[in-house]
Formats: sequence, C-alpha cells, structure tokens
Amino acid sequence: MLLGIGDQGPIAGRRVAITGIGVVSCCGVGPQALWAGLNGPPPEGERRVPDFDPERWFGPKEVRQIDRFAQFAVAASEMAREDAGDLGVDPDRAGVIMGTGVGGFESLQNQVLVYAEKGARRVSPRLVPMMMSNAGAANVSMRAGWHGPSESIVTACAAGTHSIGYAARLVASGRLDVAIGGGTEAAMTEVGIAAFANMTALSTTGISRPFDARRDGFVITEGAGALVLEAWDHAMARGAHIYGELAGAASTADAHHITAPVPGGVGAVTCMVMAMEDADVSLSDIGHINAHGTSTPLNDQAEAEAITKVFGAEALPVTSTKGITGHGLGAAGAIEAVAAVLSIDHRLIPPTSGYEQPDPDIHLDIVAGEARPWEPGAVLSNSFGFGGHNGCLVISPP
Amino acid sequence: MSNDETFEKFRECAVEVLQVPADKVTKEARFAEDLDADSLDLVELVMALEEAFDVSVEETELDGVETIGQAYDLITAKL
Repeated sequence: MLLGIGDQGPIAGRRVAITGIGVVSCCGVGPQALWAGLNGPPPEGERRVPDFDPERWFGPKEVRQIDRFAQFAVAASEMAREDAGDLGVDPDRAGVIMGTGVGGFESLQNQVLVYAEKGARRVSPRLVPMMMSNAGAANVSMRAGWHGPSESIVTACAAGTHSIGYAARLVASGRLDVAIGGGTEAAMTEVGIAAFANMTALSTTGISRPFDARRDGFVITEGAGALVLEAWDHAMARGAHIYGELAGAASTADAHHITAPVPGGVGAVTCMVMAMEDADVSLSDIGHINAHGTSTPLNDQAEAEAITKVFGAEALPVTSTKGITGHGLGAAGAIEAVAAVLSIDHRLIPPTSGYEQPDPDIHLDIVAGEARPWEPGAVLSNSFGFGGHNGCLVISPP
Repeated sequence: MSNDETFEKFRECAVEVLQVPADKVTKEARFAEDLDADSLDLVELVMALEEAFDVSVEETELDGVETIGQAYDLITAKL
C-alpha cells in the first residue's frame, strides 16, 4: 500500500496484516455462518439478520439507547477483536474507521412518528446520538478504549470498502499500529424500503441474481463487517494468525449522475487499476474478483464492461456474493471483504447465487452453481455507491 | 390514587427508562451514583413521567434534582 508520490516516485507504506474478522449478515452472526450461507441456497423472504441478540454485547439500557446499525458495528468489531487475540496495542495507536450509508434510520423514523403524534416535546433526547452516522465508530472506539482516529466514511454502498481502505492506510502510514475498518447498515425500515423501492432499485421478484439476464434490481439487507488491520511486524511480533494482507485500496468518483453509474464504468476502471497499482500487483496476480454485482440492470452492465476493459473478456473468475446476502449498502463492502478473506482461507470462490441465464452483453467468467476451488491469489473487491463513489480493495493471501 | 400507588407508577417509569431493578428505585437513590443515569436519562425519565401523570415539567425545574425522591416530589406537587 502506497502512502503517496514523493520526489523519488511512489512511497511504499508498512505492510498491513488482516488479523481478525467479524461479521453480522442475513446468513447469521459470525464468519462461519456467513461462509455456510454463501455456499448454500439463498435465504427465503426478507434478508434481515435472523438471530441477532443484542444482549450478547449490550446491557438492557444500551439496547434501548444504541441504534441497530451501531449495535451491528459493535458486534462485528468485537468479534474481530476477539478473533485477533491479545493485540497488546498502545491505545493511542489504535483506531476505528466504521462507515455507513445511512446511520440510525430506524431511530429517526420512530422519532419522526413521535413528533407527528405527540409533538416536539416528546422527541427523544437520545435521537441525535442514536441516529448520527458516526455512532458506529463512536461506540466501537468506546468499547475498545482506543484513542486514535475514530471516524465514519459515508459514501453509500462504497462506505465499507472506503473505510477499510482508509483504516489500512492509517496503519500503512505509521499513524496506527492497529485499526478496525468496516461498514454497517440497518436501513430496512418501512420508509427505507419504500424509498429504495420507489426509485426502482429493488428487485420486484425478490430474487437477487447478479449478472443474470433476468436481474431486475437488488434485494436489500442489513448487517456489518469488520477487519482488524495490523502493522505486519506488530502482528508477527506477537505471533498472530495472519489471514492475509490488505495490500491495496483506491477511491474515485464518476462525477456523472447521483444514482446511475457512468456508462462503460469508466470510474470503476480507474479505481480497479489504481487499487492494483497501490498493491503493486499485476493483472495476472488477481485470482478472482468479488464484484459489487448488485443485481441491478445498470450496475452489473457497467461493472462488467469495466472489468472486461481492465482484464479482457472472461479473463478471471468473478463472483457476487450479493446473490446470497443481498445488498447491505454501507455494510456491503465490509461483508464482502470478510467473504474475500474466507475465500482465501477456504481456498474456494463462493458462487454467485441466482446466476443461471447469461446476459449476452456481459462477458465475464461468473462463478455459479458451486464454489470453485482456486489456488489463492489476490482478490479484488469492488464497491460502487450512489453518488458515483467507487471503492476497490486488493486482499492478498498471507 | 394512594401515595403507594403513585410511587408505584413512578417506579414503573423509572424501571422502564433507566432499565434498573425495581428495588433500586427508592426515594433515596441518587440518579448518577446509584442508578447510573446521566442527564439525558433524566430528561427521558421526565418525559415518561409527564406522559404517565399528565403533567408538564420545565427544564429549569430539573436543576438540582439528584435523587428519585426529589423527582417524585417535583411530579406529585403538580398533581
């Protein structure tokens, strides 16, 4: 991962190890549930987190006072920290970057109803700290007692990916020895679902089938993902299990339209190329792509064109785990980063659920049906958000 | 409503908002020290009490309210 360009050319930063993973998804709580879910049939009905018990992480008062999206952030981050073992880190050199697309939507919706029914004097004094988009990062840093940067990146569906990239760069630069990078979302409220439905982003069939000819929109989900990112030498010195390396990241903007991707995916092309440059890897080093692949007609077409432009037609396996998980908005990139780590760990590329009928305009080698064995190389993970925000990560085997 | 019933109703509000066991809600209990309640909890509790007892409490009236007993007296004085 680069720190920037100096007078003598690119300046390489410290290597960044992934030493802990945590995830909450519609497949259940924890990485094992996610992996089992990604290799099984798609969940039926709405893709809410089925078995989330906040009392595993919170006291009864906290459950009332922390919005679901921030609860997910804490759950995923605590899992990742536990997984990483005894970090032995100076609290001033540990931080949290936790992105979200929306923030505390449920709290806001509830209190708008209170306002309408009972008036201004009944609006909860807790609304602000419950709904603010930085509540995830704030609660995670409070839990950990970490005094380094605690920030939230808000770039719609690219927020999780951008947060992991930025967290890794804080480690690469030497500002932090340990960072949690992740994304979280709980926007499946009545108003949230209506809003996405009315902009015709959601699938009317309720089937997520990325890159399939019949795809008709995304299926909304909720959850969070978190990675513990640690300076390589720091991780080695304490004998940590290293899942892989957060080798590169990039961020670009389409500067085109508030919701539609730029035709041909030009912004995505630049972003993928920059992420690989950042990781100092070549095209042939990328073993598979975990695509943004939302199952919307526009995204999948633009992303497919972008991938083909960069790599050539059917040049490498591409999967979209959103066929199973649905689209978790600001959590999506973080859940997919965990999926990418698991694909290295299990030496299997999980399939794109729902992909059956090839789209004649899409020239990708889609992993479908069953997981495909692979000799783990680097994974390129894409996220593209409303607003034209593009984010890419390169995750390499240890 | 008897005094006991009034206090019981008050206690239910406190238990609901502060998420503490009912037996900790005594007139002597201090919000910060005994009930782990911060200033926002107190505002939330007063909102619940305003609803339950159909009274109105001004923000300035909360100055110096540090115990359950003081808050109880503030509410019952308005009934």
